[in-house]
Amino acid sequence: MPVFLIRRVLTMVLTALCLTFVVFYLTNLPPNLEKLAKSEASSRMSDADVESWIERNGYGRPVLVRYGEWLGITPGWTRTEDGVTTGRCIERGQDPATAPLRCGILQGDWGFSTVFKQPVSLIIAERLGATGVLMLWVMIVMVPASLLIGVLSGMREGSRLDRGLSIFSIASTATPEYVSGVVLIALFASTSTGLSPWLAEQGWISGKTLFMGTATSALDSGITFWNFGLPVMTIALYGIGYIARMTRASMTEVMTAQYIRTARLKGVSFGNVVMKHALRNALIAPFTVIMLQFPWLLNGVVIVETLFNYKGFGWTLVQAAGNNDIELLLACSVVAVFVVLMTQLISDIGYVFLNPRIRVS
Amino acid sequence: MDALSWGQIFGRMAWQFWPVWAALILTFAVSVRFKRRLGLYGKLYDSPVGMIGFGLVMFWVFTALFSGVIMTHDPLTQVSGMKNALPGFPQKGTEGAYYLLGGDNLARDVFSRMVAGSVLVIQIAPMATVFAFMVGITLGLPAGYYGGKLDTGLSFLANLILAFPVILLFYLLVTPEIVQSGLPQYIGVVLFLFPLIFLTVLINSRLYVKPALRNLLVGLVAVIGGWLYLSLLSSPGTRIDLLPPQADALEMPGNILIVFVSVVFVNAPTVFRIVRGLVLDIKTRDYVAASQTRGEGPWYIMLWEILPNARGPLIVDFCLRIGYTTILLGTLGFFGLGLSPESPDWGSTINAGRRLLSIFVHPAIVPALALMSLVLGLNLLADGLREESLKD
Repeated sequence: MPVFLIRRVLTMVLTALCLTFVVFYLTNLPPNLEKLAKSEASSRMSDADVESWIERNGYGRPVLVRYGEWLGITPGWTRTEDGVTTGRCIERGQDPATAPLRCGILQGDWGFSTVFKQPVSLIIAERLGATGVLMLWVMIVMVPASLLIGVLSGMREGSRLDRGLSIFSIASTATPEYVSGVVLIALFASTSTGLSPWLAEQGWISGKTLFMGTATSALDSGITFWNFGLPVMTIALYGIGYIARMTRASMTEVMTAQYIRTARLKGVSFGNVVMKHALRNALIAPFTVIMLQFPWLLNGVVIVETLFNYKGFGWTLVQAAGNNDIELLLACSVVAVFVVLMTQLISDIGYVFLNPRIRVS
Repeated sequence: MDALSWGQIFGRMAWQFWPVWAALILTFAVSVRFKRRLGLYGKLYDSPVGMIGFGLVMFWVFTALFSGVIMTHDPLTQVSGMKNALPGFPQKGTEGAYYLLGGDNLARDVFSRMVAGSVLVIQIAPMATVFAFMVGITLGLPAGYYGGKLDTGLSFLANLILAFPVILLFYLLVTPEIVQSGLPQYIGVVLFLFPLIFLTVLINSRLYVKPALRNLLVGLVAVIGGWLYLSLLSSPGTRIDLLPPQADALEMPGNILIVFVSVVFVNAPTVFRIVRGLVLDIKTRDYVAASQTRGEGPWYIMLWEILPNARGPLIVDFCLRIGYTTILLGTLGFFGLGLSPESPDWGSTINAGRRLLSIFVHPAIVPALALMSLVLGLNLLADGLREESLKD
């Protein structure tokens, strides 16, 4: 086990290094730097000015050296011009002698966002919190719903209930978030179509619409059923189908096992067999699937946060990527890659613990 | 003129789709008649789920084929007075012209744009999936068969790409600055080489005992394939401008090429993992050992012994993957990446329509339902195929 863990962690670190380097390289391509120079200094700079801006601000050196600086393993650049020393780690007005030698993410310095004019670490922490709340609610809705659907349809394979629920799960996996989001808004949050006008006419809802089409207010004035219902449903819907299908597959397999037949023949009631004998064994496989669903959810989160204008991590990622905010985008990709790799690791380890038949050397 | 009622709207739409209905009925009639002779495809007609799925998919395929007849308006023309028009709204000044599903906020016909969008999806999604499969198969077969360092290296690369959040990858590949640097095209140079390698190895491994025929076929692949390869990649005014315009057979607009490349790039690692897993399983079978004893070369065993026996799961995954590719194309459009903003593809239309979603629902919901029905059809088709192929 320890050898397995160490090897996995080493691969993880290597993967993370490769991925961040790719992002670093792509965001630091010459056209991107030119755009950065123009947006930071002045949009009417001549090519020579752009060159010198890039040189002066430490972007002119080899990519690998700068990647090392960003990581915090090579010393940050310094530059003395007209007796004034500037550098990567020297803040404006700081005495160069007191500035640290290295400043990168290893030292906890994530850089400064050019779009939001705030330290990246602050932005990321705040936005991740917002997304965490969203994810929490998604999990609360998604996991029980999908397990219930999966167990119910896998309980009696081929029954009418199974057929119906299977079609539902296929339909939900076939509906990406940007489609289900639009359909849900049209149904529940539009003033002209769907259920809301009818409900308002009947006097059953006080506002104009049943749900709100944006989740912006959730961050300012707290989460309510009205502003959070649709985003949560949209993300959960896409995941439910997939997890339910996996649960169904694993449930049908367990239900045909010998010990289930033995229990039935002993005279145990069907409900008891399902609850006490089958369920525990059937839930091993879905655990891995749920864990591996996290990276998937990340995608959903980006789409839903954009669609419902909820200022969380996904929204920040889109803003950073769209505006070429290099340091913020790098931080976002570090977080995203970390989430993906961690869930892979946890699902592997969890699988081994849950299933005693698996051995890792 | 009065606006149409919902019944009239559906009647007129059904009438517009007449070539599609005719083609569908013909397909189903012929297939059901000869279903016992058509192998796995014929068996599909024994499963209701598979038949519904196939029907939905073929509906969109025929819609794309006959789009010229079906469209009532030009998908890009703006007609004054039709801005955000409701479904069934008559066009002023033209007798009998209606916006069947209303107008979008630039006064274009939503119905025609939906039909035009299907052309883009039906063109790109299956082709991109085929390319992803070629890449995945060509790399996955040796990785699974030889194992060892090759496998470790390729698997690491595949996991690397898979660990990237798809949207971040799209943003990194498709933004104008990076397109300008030519990176997506260079990726295309590598990815598009794989179908050529695949076909060459496929022919060579089987026909190396008949050099004359082999040389002819490999030569044909090299000439035709090479020409298609060059004309697919080269587009004037970019980094890769290899062919003169006269010799350029496939004029793919630069934007679509980039979208195509990035979709193939995202899909290929998953196919690689599936193929590798299948090969690891199949290579322990007796018939593989038999052909090894016979003295067959490794590529013959991989391509002519292992691959045909892995076809079941691969065909099912192919259907699912076309659906996933459709979703990815929609995602790209939704974030306004790659395709031009006025392009009628479903993702971009949803993106354009969502701004006014709480007031005017139709511009966004029509392409959304279209996309959903196509992907649903592909998933049902895959489910039907899986069920029928398991019955053997």
